[in-house]
Amino acid sequence: MDSAITTHPHTHETAVHTEHEHMVLPQHRHHFETEEQQREAGSFGMWLFLLTEIMFFGGLFFAYLLYRNWYYPAFVVASNQLSVPLGAANTAILITSGFFMAIGVWAAEVRKRQVLVWCLILTNLFGLAFLGVKTVEYKEKWDHHHIPGASFSIAEFTNPAGFGLKEEPLAPDMAQKTQIFFFLYFAMTGMHAFHMIIGIVLLFWLTWRAYKGEFSAGYVAPIENFGLYWHFVDIVWLFLFPLLYLINRHPL
Amino acid sequence: MAHEATHSEIHTDKNDPVNVTNPEHAEHHIVSPLQYLFVYVALLVGTAITVLAAYWNLGALNPVVALAIACTKACIVILFFMHAKYQSRLIKMTIGSGFFVFLVLITMTLTDYISRAWGRW
Repeated sequence: MDSAITTHPHTHETAVHTEHEHMVLPQHRHHFETEEQQREAGSFGMWLFLLTEIMFFGGLFFAYLLYRNWYYPAFVVASNQLSVPLGAANTAILITSGFFMAIGVWAAEVRKRQVLVWCLILTNLFGLAFLGVKTVEYKEKWDHHHIPGASFSIAEFTNPAGFGLKEEPLAPDMAQKTQIFFFLYFAMTGMHAFHMIIGIVLLFWLTWRAYKGEFSAGYVAPIENFGLYWHFVDIVWLFLFPLLYLINRHPL
Repeated sequence: MAHEATHSEIHTDKNDPVNVTNPEHAEHHIVSPLQYLFVYVALLVGTAITVLAAYWNLGALNPVVALAIACTKACIVILFFMHAKYQSRLIKMTIGSGFFVFLVLITMTLTDYISRAWGRW
């Protein structure tokens, strides 16, 4: 028994106590044995948080899947009222934002302060541009009375020809179900936009800290983990765009 | 104890990929800007393809194609922008298990909804 213990490989060595004395770097707190361990723990925690976000958005996606099957004609007509050019442009804007975020993580890793600051500013600008386009889209829905609630109008869906739409007219009860589409549309894109607003607020703070040089001396974890969050928000949109805008163009 | 001696020889290096007992074995990897540029272009091309495919009548396959392209793009983002490709097995397993549990939840809930109206569609 003794020999089994002593010959067990030392894969996780206990650090020598004296080595802890000078470890005051933010990328190596004293309760971590190595910088790699701290980095790994941080990434692991961030991924666990993102998994809860997958479950959260997953519930919304599931509701969309189910209601689209139940009220298919209403979902087709309502979905086709969204602007594909605006949605596609927003996808490109968001991917561009994510690209600058990725370059920003690289800049922090190779300790280029100015490149990092500019990348964060560009990430933020494209994020704001996305929200700007989204505002235009929301405003258009407001004008058409397509926001669920008391002033919602089914006129365009019961009499599409009267509004110059090439859709099949819906019976009034089915036309009411377009409210469910728009409810889910606003819930999903709104929750996505809310995540972006949180991200943009964090970006201002991170840009200021990056400007002070906090992330260009080997401590990249806040930039890296924020990058994970920002890319996650991108991924949500990569699914929202085809599901809300694109898949109903050729009704069965 | 010959085999234990070799065991310790092989597995003590913390960057040894075989060493799964040490959670820090993932070597820190910096993805180059050029690689990010390729990923960026791939994502833009994917967006263009998914928009074009939407205007092409594929019948029941339209949502399938759209979701397949979206999944491909999401995988590219996770692997390269989010560095999953260069992470330790612990993190790769965490990501994989998260998506797996998500699919289980979707499947179980769908099974419930489909079977409630069994034979009445």
